[in-house]
Parts: sequence; structure tokens; C-alpha cells
Amino acid sequence: MNGLDLRSGRFRTEREADWRRLEALLKRAERGRAGRLSDSELLQLPQLYRAALSSLSVARATALDASLIAYLESLATRAYFFVYGTRMRLLQKVIGFFRHDWPMAVRGLWRETLVSAVIFVAATLIGYALVIHDPDWYGSIMPGAMEQGRDPTASTAALKAILYDTHHHEGLSSFATFLFTHNAQVSILAFALGFAFCIPTALLVAENGLSLGALFALYASRGLGFQVGGWLFIHGATELLATIIAGAAGFRIGWAVIFPGDRPRLDAASAAGRTAGAAMAGVVVMLVFAGILEGVGRQTVTADWARWSIAWVSLVLWLAYFYLPRGKTA
Amino acid sequence: MTVSHPQASPASKSLVRALVTPEGVNLHLTLASAGERAAALLLDLVIIVVALIVLTILAVAAAATMKAKSQEVVQMIWLLGAFVLRSGYFLLFELTSRAATPGKRALGLRVVARDGGRLTAEAVFTRNALREIEVFLPPIFLMASSVAGDPVDGLIVLMAVIWSGAFMLFPLFNRDRLRMGDIVAGTWVVKSPRFALAPDLAGAANRSVFTPAFTFTPEQVNAYGVKELEILEDVLRRRDPRTLKAVASRIQGKIGWAPAPGETDVAFLTAYYGALRGRLEHRLLFGHRRRDKFDKA
Repeated sequence: MNGLDLRSGRFRTEREADWRRLEALLKRAERGRAGRLSDSELLQLPQLYRAALSSLSVARATALDASLIAYLESLATRAYFFVYGTRMRLLQKVIGFFRHDWPMAVRGLWRETLVSAVIFVAATLIGYALVIHDPDWYGSIMPGAMEQGRDPTASTAALKAILYDTHHHEGLSSFATFLFTHNAQVSILAFALGFAFCIPTALLVAENGLSLGALFALYASRGLGFQVGGWLFIHGATELLATIIAGAAGFRIGWAVIFPGDRPRLDAASAAGRTAGAAMAGVVVMLVFAGILEGVGRQTVTADWARWSIAWVSLVLWLAYFYLPRGKTA
Repeated sequence: MTVSHPQASPASKSLVRALVTPEGVNLHLTLASAGERAAALLLDLVIIVVALIVLTILAVAAAATMKAKSQEVVQMIWLLGAFVLRSGYFLLFELTSRAATPGKRALGLRVVARDGGRLTAEAVFTRNALREIEVFLPPIFLMASSVAGDPVDGLIVLMAVIWSGAFMLFPLFNRDRLRMGDIVAGTWVVKSPRFALAPDLAGAANRSVFTPAFTFTPEQVNAYGVKELEILEDVLRRRDPRTLKAVASRIQGKIGWAPAPGETDVAFLTAYYGALRGRLEHRLLFGHRRRDKFDKA
């Protein structure tokens, strides 16, 4: 005699081997790289998953073994997320991101980018105008930590010396790393704050513009406008564009939360979040370049025209990369 | 990885959500409770802080043995390491096929797309970018509040603490336990328990019990329904002698069973479980699920 000969018992003995096989495959697959599955095992997985699902349906309808049903539910759910979940082919994913996901996401944000750029430029002009008319404004616009001797009381010679300061050759790469991590953190914050109805994001973008305008005004008043432009934009073309896009990504989310349109607010927010998220991941990449240009490039390239050309070339390249029309299959 | 007993944590019904697979089967998902989410986060933060401390100690030790020129490399590695720990830890772990950080794994949780579809890298990036204001901003404001000297600054900082605190406590105020990152990314966090397949109580392992000595009359088998059967299964799997004794005498009293000499509680309960399950499953095949003992039909 083989136990009670219940129908659900027979059902279980017949299918159990398949379930255990699926469980073992999942365990190896989830462990990642080390336990990579062979091709035939990968093909088997969806079949075993469907078998487990059908077992679950049968068990729910005919069996009263609670632990069996709980087991099948957990097994089928795990398998579902493996079969339909993220399949990370990291390299493909990265290539796809640079080829279309990122530029498409940035292009999709063009309206927000425009708004963000307008806020930034307006703030820059305001900062410039304020400091040109009354240098006292400079102190209130620029936070003390960032001044490093660049203030209205400094002599023109001292101000000029800052622009061409190259004796810090040691420490350049760690300086670049610091700039990158700092800027990335700030831009992620600007993006995340978009959720709070856009306002903090707008303030952060505007604050960036104000201090740019103020610094520019300080140097322009001493006849060093062209020179400070090279000093700022060699990395600023990349960094400021990144800031503007981060702001735009934040606006997209905030806007979707305030005006979800005809979709439920939650759906609108998550749709916005996905586009904006891809653009934001790109911003972090841009800031790596900006950090290198600021930390290393600016300290080694000291000719104004060379700085300006790097600025223009980088700006044109970014814009072409984002906005040049390209085939769907490209 | 924890393998727990199914009945060990009865899911509160309000957190169960339907996930219908393309094959048309509903896999009832249970959302993680706010407490579990908080515990997982704390665990992750502890891991991050410990890793940061270890990284710092290693960096300082390495720098001490080096010349100024190579110290710079150490400094770079430290800066990047700290950045990856703060901004990349959650992102990288949630991009794996387990879709969970070590903290979430320890509590048996995972991140899932709310629409049941593929969890995209963008979604994972977004939900973790928002962590910046939910997790990292409040402590920063809090630290600022302790240094703010004059009352106006103090008031502003207080407002900031309240404002950011609202983000932090957000999951408590919606029934899906979504934090803001979840809302924006279109994700939620569900329980992803791993149950081991327990032996069949009516199966071959208990074959010695199912003897003609335990033969129940139809009236005796009709005394209970599915709910009681599940409780009986739980009692039998736990094997707590006192509970077994109490339940056995309760059932014996109800169905009028006189234990034979030498008959153990476990043997009786197992045999009765088998008989009851056989009877209820038989009726299930004919389309009737008897919910509990009060279900007369």
C-alpha cells in the first residue's frame, strides 16, 4: 500500500520531478554569472514554467493540500519573473542605451529642456545685470565656499591668475573625480526634486544660472569676459547642458504629477518617470566628461581660443548626438 | 535566502494584489509591509556604511604606505567607491534577475513593475534616484538643524525637515505602500517567499498509518470543512505535542472516536486528515468546496 491513494497525491507524484527541476534551474539562473544555463536549459525553462502554472491551476481546483499550493504559487511567481522579467545582457543594454534610448529620451524632453534652458539663461542674465550694476550683489549670489578668491575686492591681476592657474598639476585626476561625484549628486537631486511640483528643480537650475551670470559680470567688468568664457565653457558646455537636461527631466515628472491629463495620476507619473529616468542616466555620463574637462582639460589647456574651441566642439557634438534626425533602425 | 513555512506568516488580505500572467493564471502577489520595507532599508544602509568604513580604512592604510603621486589614485578610488556605494548600490542590485538588494533578499522581497511587465533599467534608475530626497535629504536637513544658530534659520530648517519627512513617511499613507520612487518609476515591492515542498501528509511517508484500523464512517468524515482541514494540516506539520493532544481529543470528542490502546495522537490525526481530505477533494471534483464545518450544503 502506497499511502492513501488520493487523486491529488497521484497528481503530485507525477509532476513533482518537473517542479523540482524548475526549482533547480531557477536557483542556478538567479545566482547569475557563475551558474549560467546552457541553451537547452534556457529553452526548457519557459516550458517548465508553463507546466508549473498549469499544475498550480489544477492544484487550486482539485487539491486541498495548502502547503502544496503555497509551494506552487511561490515557484510559479519566481519563474514568471524570470521568464518575463529583466533579462540583462549588459553589453546589449549599454549599446542600446547609447544608440537610441538616451538620445530618444532627451529628444522626448525637448519642451521641458526649452523651459529649463530659458530659466537658466534668464537667471544668468539677471545675475549678470545685478552684479554689473552693483558689485555688492556678488557676495549674496555666490556662496562663500565657491569663491576661492574670486570676488570684487580682488585685483584684476589676481582674477586673471586664477584663469590660467596650472601649478596644480598634481591632484588633477582626483579633482576631476571629486567634481564628477559632486555634480552628479547635485543633478540627481535636481531631478528627484522635480517630483515636488517642479519648484525646487526650477530653483536649483536658476541658482546655477545666477552664479554663472554673477561670475561672468565680475570678470567682464575687468575686461576679462572672453577669457573667463573660455575658462567656464571648456567644461561648462557639457556640464550646463547636463544641468539643463536634469532640470528638464525633473520638470517632466513634476508636470505629470500636477497635470496628468486623461490618465490616472499614478500612470502619468510613472510614464514620465521612465523617459526622464533614461535621460537622467545619460546626464550622469555627461557629467563624467564634464568632470574630466574641468579637472584635467582646463588645467592643461590654457590658451583662450583652444578652450573656446573645445567648448564649441563639445556643444555641437552633444546637440548633434541628441537632436540630429536618424533612421529608426540606426 | 530563507525557506519558510507557508503558514508561518499569514498574509493580511489588504496587501494581496492580483497578477494575471499572459497564460491567464492569477498569481496572488502580496505587497511588502511598511515595516519590512523599513527593515530592508536599514539593513542596506548598515551594509553601505560598513562598506564605506572598510573602504576608508583601506584607503587610509594604502595611502600611508605610498608616495604623494600614487596617493592620488587612492583618493580617486575612494571618491568613486563612495559615489558607487551611495548612488549605485541599490541600482546595481535591483538590476539583477533577483531584482532585490541584499536587505530585500534577506526579508524575501523583490521589486516588480506595477503593470506586471518587464522591470526596465530606466524604472530601476528612477526609483533609486528619488531615494536621494527620501533617504539622504532628511538626515542632511536634520544635521543642518543642529548647527542652525539663529531662530529664522532654525524655522526654515524645521520646515525642511517636515517637508522631507513627509517624503520619507509617504509609504504609510497609501494602500499600495508606494514610496515616491515607486510612483514615479511604476514599480512596487512584493513578497517573494521561497517555500520548500513539504512532504505530502497523505503520501507514502505516512503509509504505516493508513490501515484498516482507522476506518471512519461517512458521518465522522463529514464533520469538518476545508478551513478545519487546513488548520489540521498546519498542526500536523508543526508537531507540537501539546497542540496535537488537544486537537486529537477535540476531534475524537466531536466524531465520537474511541482510541484503541497504543494509538498515538499523531497516527489518529494523520489518518483522519487523510480521510477528511479524500472526502473533501472528492466533493471538490463535483464542484462543491465545503468552506468550513458550518457549511451545510
